[in-house]
Amino acid sequence: MSANKPDLKLIKNDTPGGENEAYTVAMGPQHPATHGVLKLDLELDGETVIKCRPTVGFLHRGVEKLAENMSYAQVLPLTDRLDYIASMANNVAYSIAVETLLGIETPLRAKYIRTMVMEMARLTGHLLWLATHALDIGAMTVFLYCFRERENLLDMFEELCGARLTTTYTCIGGVRQDVTGHFLETLYAFTEEFPSRVKEYETLIDQNRIWLKRTKGIGVITAEQAVSLGLTGPSLRGSGVDYDVRKHMPYDAYPFVEFEVPIGSEGDVYDRYRCRMEEFLQSNSIIRQCIEQLPAGPVRAEDAPDLVMEYNPAKKVAADATFSSGIIKLMEDRDRYMQGDVYVAAEVPKGELGFYFVSDGHGRPYRMHIRSPSYIHIGALPYLCEGYMVADVIANIGSLDVVLGECDR
Amino acid sequence: MELLWILVKILIVFGVVMLHVAYATYFERKVIGHMQVRMGPMRVGPHGLLQPIADGIKLFFKEDVIPTPADKQVFYAAPLICLISAVSSLAVIPFFEGFAIANINIGLLYIFALSSLASYGVVLSGWSSNSKYAFLGGLRSSAQVISYEIAMGLSLVGVMMMAGSLNLTDIVHAQMSSSFKIYLIPQFLGFFVFVVAMLAETNRTPFDLPEAETELVAGYFTEYSGMRFALFFLAEYIGMIIMSCIGVICFLGGWSGPFHVPGLPFFWFVIKVYLFIFFYYWVRATLPRYRYDQLMALGWKVLIPLALFNIVLTGTIKSISG
Amino acid sequence: MGLLEIATLIQDRYPDQVIEVVTCREQAGVILHKEKILEICRWLHDDPVLQFNHLADLCGVDYLHKKDVRFEVVYNLYSIPTKRRIRLRAQVPEDDCWIDSVTPVWIGANWHERECYDLFGIKFKGHPDMRRILLPEDWEGHPLRKDYPLDGGRRNWRGYDEVKEKARRLREYDFYGMYEDPTKKIGLKDVSK
Repeated sequence: MSANKPDLKLIKNDTPGGENEAYTVAMGPQHPATHGVLKLDLELDGETVIKCRPTVGFLHRGVEKLAENMSYAQVLPLTDRLDYIASMANNVAYSIAVETLLGIETPLRAKYIRTMVMEMARLTGHLLWLATHALDIGAMTVFLYCFRERENLLDMFEELCGARLTTTYTCIGGVRQDVTGHFLETLYAFTEEFPSRVKEYETLIDQNRIWLKRTKGIGVITAEQAVSLGLTGPSLRGSGVDYDVRKHMPYDAYPFVEFEVPIGSEGDVYDRYRCRMEEFLQSNSIIRQCIEQLPAGPVRAEDAPDLVMEYNPAKKVAADATFSSGIIKLMEDRDRYMQGDVYVAAEVPKGELGFYFVSDGHGRPYRMHIRSPSYIHIGALPYLCEGYMVADVIANIGSLDVVLGECDR
Repeated sequence: MELLWILVKILIVFGVVMLHVAYATYFERKVIGHMQVRMGPMRVGPHGLLQPIADGIKLFFKEDVIPTPADKQVFYAAPLICLISAVSSLAVIPFFEGFAIANINIGLLYIFALSSLASYGVVLSGWSSNSKYAFLGGLRSSAQVISYEIAMGLSLVGVMMMAGSLNLTDIVHAQMSSSFKIYLIPQFLGFFVFVVAMLAETNRTPFDLPEAETELVAGYFTEYSGMRFALFFLAEYIGMIIMSCIGVICFLGGWSGPFHVPGLPFFWFVIKVYLFIFFYYWVRATLPRYRYDQLMALGWKVLIPLALFNIVLTGTIKSISG
Repeated sequence: MGLLEIATLIQDRYPDQVIEVVTCREQAGVILHKEKILEICRWLHDDPVLQFNHLADLCGVDYLHKKDVRFEVVYNLYSIPTKRRIRLRAQVPEDDCWIDSVTPVWIGANWHERECYDLFGIKFKGHPDMRRILLPEDWEGHPLRKDYPLDGGRRNWRGYDEVKEKARRLREYDFYGMYEDPTKKIGLKDVSK
């Protein structure tokens, strides 16, 4: 498989109009395999990619600017729109970041629930990744098999919070409402079923010779390169670097559950694929442990700020007793309006999703920066694609698992 | 009188095949649908039976968009080349004893010639669209068809040697009088090469590179719409039926069967053809897609040597035994 | 290793560069002058003890009217082998709005810096491809600056005139007079009756 990458030096690239002028193809933004609105300017020699230049920003909505004029709780729904494949994970990541900034301690039950839904989000995210990755390489049936299980998970999300994609389930200091017994039973039944379903996907592609030919030795990236490029998540672990935010900086209930972080070795498309396939089972086991260990108690911190976190902290409004569960409860002046900055990261399906907050002592983020894994991954795409063929570009995009909503913010 | 009979035969074959093409699409959607835990078409008519007709009407009335920079004459001609070469191949297929529009001596060669012609349609459509994806699709297709044409031709040489004829009717007769009744058993190597080359020749998964949706949008017919797109679509499905027919005639004993079905002389032929077509769909629902260079490597490094080996083997056995 | 240890190391090695060491919620940050940022980053990256090989985040912050020096470029570094974290905050004054690029140290800084340039207008010296990234190439201004107008002024959006002109030209195909009377229904039965 080592002969997969041709020597780029052998390819002459003449000036425009010359005999060997490169053939340029603008792949996207309306291309079926670019996972949204990614545009790649490819320079080809025959079918070999000489140069790959990604263009992003077609989905830029200015989330960071919007957040500067909203209270912390109001920003939460915006995070749904980042990685809309697994919005639950973004909710959790954002909540953790704000809790760290404001110094709120979340109740244990809420931590377990959040870990649970985060792993569910990881399953939905990876299921959609596997579906589209397989479809990109041409295996059509895996796509529909994956969507079958994803549908089950989305139904559970709906039962949990009423929404399937844009969940906004967590809130700062906990979760919006407690889980029901029926939900836990359904989820537990799902986790018993799911490993056999993963086997089903693997029988279709894992040992398939064409699949191996299309993924082994393609888009190779060494561990050193991967770290330097800033890859995170399964894309980094496929290269053999043991970096998982859940282990390195444990948050929520991750210190209390047991799981392994699958590591690849070659750093090619196949290893990244294997890492994610292993994560299916690990996430499944985390969900089971969370259900088994779920402690009783409140799901929301007492001092959690609510939707309206006043810009001017001096104002006080007494909480309405009938609304005490918390729709309108105005904030009191507290020392948490501290000045300072924090960077808090969480492991979402795509990689490390980090939030950097600068607080100036008011109820709104003075500056919020989102470190989105997809953005960095697309930036790394030229290093993966150049020297391979057009078909491998598609396999590489799939193996990095990018979502443009998160990339462009 | 002779001429009139030929005309009637043409009409019958054309009509029947067109109907089969329409329902082959329905069959495909149903088969793949059920393989993928879904229903397939269910809305138009009972169990979606009228879906192909609805699709046809839709395609017929759609706006015919022609890109401004396209080379108009070639753009018009390309789908016709594809369709005509596909439909003309039907002329030599013996559907049952004594029923072929033209029972010519070089039937097999004629089919090869026409299927090579079809690749002109593909290449020209890719070139005349003046679109980059279509152009790449056209290039891939020409490379693919040229290399797999050789493998396919060589895979059938064994059959020709055993039957001693290029006439399709004679090949079936020779099989019926051979010891195994079908050539699949003595020619299993040839059959294997033929099946792979057949998938490649008709641009089906896992060799659907010229129209690889996730890489080249739609490949060579990216810029086509409405009726012109439908012509390509028809040509592809007729191509599938023809390749299945050749497979049935050369390896599975044509219209002969374990017992005679009275009144339906084409019964076994149709059953076998549909087995082949089902195989096409099955493969499509199962396998991923090859990469362009891997496909060429498979063709030149595996299939052609295998086919050559098969020829040598067949020749040796034939000279020893006979 | 304590919270401030790495910050102290930086302070010891580059005493003239460090302005202040701040902490917030168990996280330490070092405010620096911009001049030697590339050197400091390279040292942090290459030092066999520190090994800050992961550039977690790079972004700009605009402290308009809040601080004397308007911009800060924030580097969140993480060391995967030693599991340590440090934040560098390099001050960039408005009238001298550039800083050295750290792309020689981390390749992945490329797009971070482009984004920072796009949204704040801070130029990165030595960057291989300093173009806008999220916004169109002909965009005016840098939106994450605090003085960027929030309502976009009273002007029409760019391209408005072209679209209006096109609509005027397409009016000749207005067979049913819908342009003149948008309430007019074409060929549809009135459902209300």
